[in-house]
Amino acid sequence: MKILIVGGGMGGTILANNLARRLKHELKQGKSHITMLSASEQHMYQPGLLYVCVGRMATDELYREQTSLLEPEIEFHVDPVTGFQLDQNEVTTQSGKTYGYDLLVIATGSRAMPESVPGLAENSVNCYTEANAVEMWRQVRDFQGGTVTIAVGVPHKCPMVPLEVTFVLHDYFKERGILDKVKFQYTYPIGRIHSLAPVGEWAKGEFDRMGIQYETLFNMKEIDGANHVVHSEEGTQSHYDLLVAVPPHKGMAVIEENGLGQSGWIPTDRHSLKMEGRDNVYVLGDTTNLPISKAGSTAHFEAEVLAENIAAIIKLGGPVRDYDGKVFCFIEAGSNRATYAMFNYTQPPAPRAPNRAVHWFKMAYNQLYWASARGLL
Amino acid sequence: MAEKHQIDARGSYCPGPLMELIARIKQAEIGDELEVLSTDEGSANDIPEWVKKVGHEMIESFQADGVWHVVIRKVK
Ligand SMILES: Cc1cc2nc3c(=O)[nH]c(=O)nc-3n(C[C@H](O)[C@H](O)[C@H](O)COP(=O)(O)OP(=O)(O)OC[C@H]3O[C@@H](n4cnc5c(N)ncnc54)[C@H](O)[C@@H]3O)c2cc1C
Repeated sequence: MKILIVGGGMGGTILANNLARRLKHELKQGKSHITMLSASEQHMYQPGLLYVCVGRMATDELYREQTSLLEPEIEFHVDPVTGFQLDQNEVTTQSGKTYGYDLLVIATGSRAMPESVPGLAENSVNCYTEANAVEMWRQVRDFQGGTVTIAVGVPHKCPMVPLEVTFVLHDYFKERGILDKVKFQYTYPIGRIHSLAPVGEWAKGEFDRMGIQYETLFNMKEIDGANHVVHSEEGTQSHYDLLVAVPPHKGMAVIEENGLGQSGWIPTDRHSLKMEGRDNVYVLGDTTNLPISKAGSTAHFEAEVLAENIAAIIKLGGPVRDYDGKVFCFIEAGSNRATYAMFNYTQPPAPRAPNRAVHWFKMAYNQLYWASARGLL
Repeated sequence: MAEKHQIDARGSYCPGPLMELIARIKQAEIGDELEVLSTDEGSANDIPEWVKKVGHEMIESFQADGVWHVVIRKVK
């Protein structure tokens, strides 16, 4: 059985390692083969960008060599896929090679698209790429006071970023002693300040206590950079001196270019994680069209289910369990406190009040992540 | 020709049915109908509230077998 994994991020890496352990004998005997194709030789811990944008983490701390994270039996190539020929069970790559497979897993992730809102790319900062997080840090460091507006596009990767970026900026300006000169204006697309109702309730209390203003039902339409104004689809406006964006996201261009899914989101069965209409193609992580959080934990839990199922297909002739929609998100709450939310397709989240222990666990997880990517945690 | 799209947001706590609709409506053409399937009771209220505020058209909202169906038309 030739298994081809496209994408070496959180989902692809956890899947490949978990599978390599489950299929140790089959790989040794040459009965199974795992190949991974990715776009980079470096693996980035993306959640670390949240700390880079306020000068609390250096960019080199975000990376490990991808080969250092993979089980040795996995064949790894930095050779991005440019063409998917699903009817022929083949992909083609940037270098001109063709890779065949019996079973394909697509885990190419998502990308922030500030350019999809007129004026947003030129007039805002964000923490979604290394370059953008570093530029955000420069502008935050040079900021001397005024209105910081947080504006949120849909869909976006990591649902906690809008709240977390607000809390870490609040902490940062407090530490610098200029909080009295900074006004926060938080905006959010739906009728509360977070998609998870109990998280929104809790955050509202925090915002009221901290003096953070908020406007809900606010979806960015365009940015008037000359006058420092964000116009919303709902007909309202918000003034800013520093505009912090959570830009709308898309899947990777290669997905849409190959007709696998509109805007780069691949139609995926919510339980089996099969691409709709395909029996030997699975989808993981941000690139699915599932109505759940685009988060590393989602990719992680999906990868565990898929690894178990692919191993079972090889050893027992069929999958053994369904993905239940499980997501776990840490929520950094500022002042060295954090909480978390855990939910699935049927169980709503019930987050507790934030505390220091969860914050320090999150800080530890920032290092433990590398063990998690290796499939050890 | 106007198309009909279905958004299966059953069991979605985060981002949730309204956020799924906001994401998908951008990809639709003016005149298209979008039907959101939701198991969250709040959707029957918060989707129409948003649709009204932005100026799209509410077509119908009903519940069948524990699932809310909220149908709207993109008009701008
Ligand atoms: C600032 C920030 C904070 C975050 N905080 C959290 C958090 O606290 N908790 C949490 O759970 N999640 C968090 N996330 C989200 C998390 O990082 C992503 O959801 C997760 O990485 C998604 O995993 P993935 O495998 O789907 O995609 P990715 O990890 O993005 O991996 C995609 C992979 O595909 C490769 N690739 C791309 N194109 C091609 C191609 N054409 N061919 C081959 N390979 C390709 C890339 O090189 C990459 O290796 C955060 C993200 C950001 C940006």
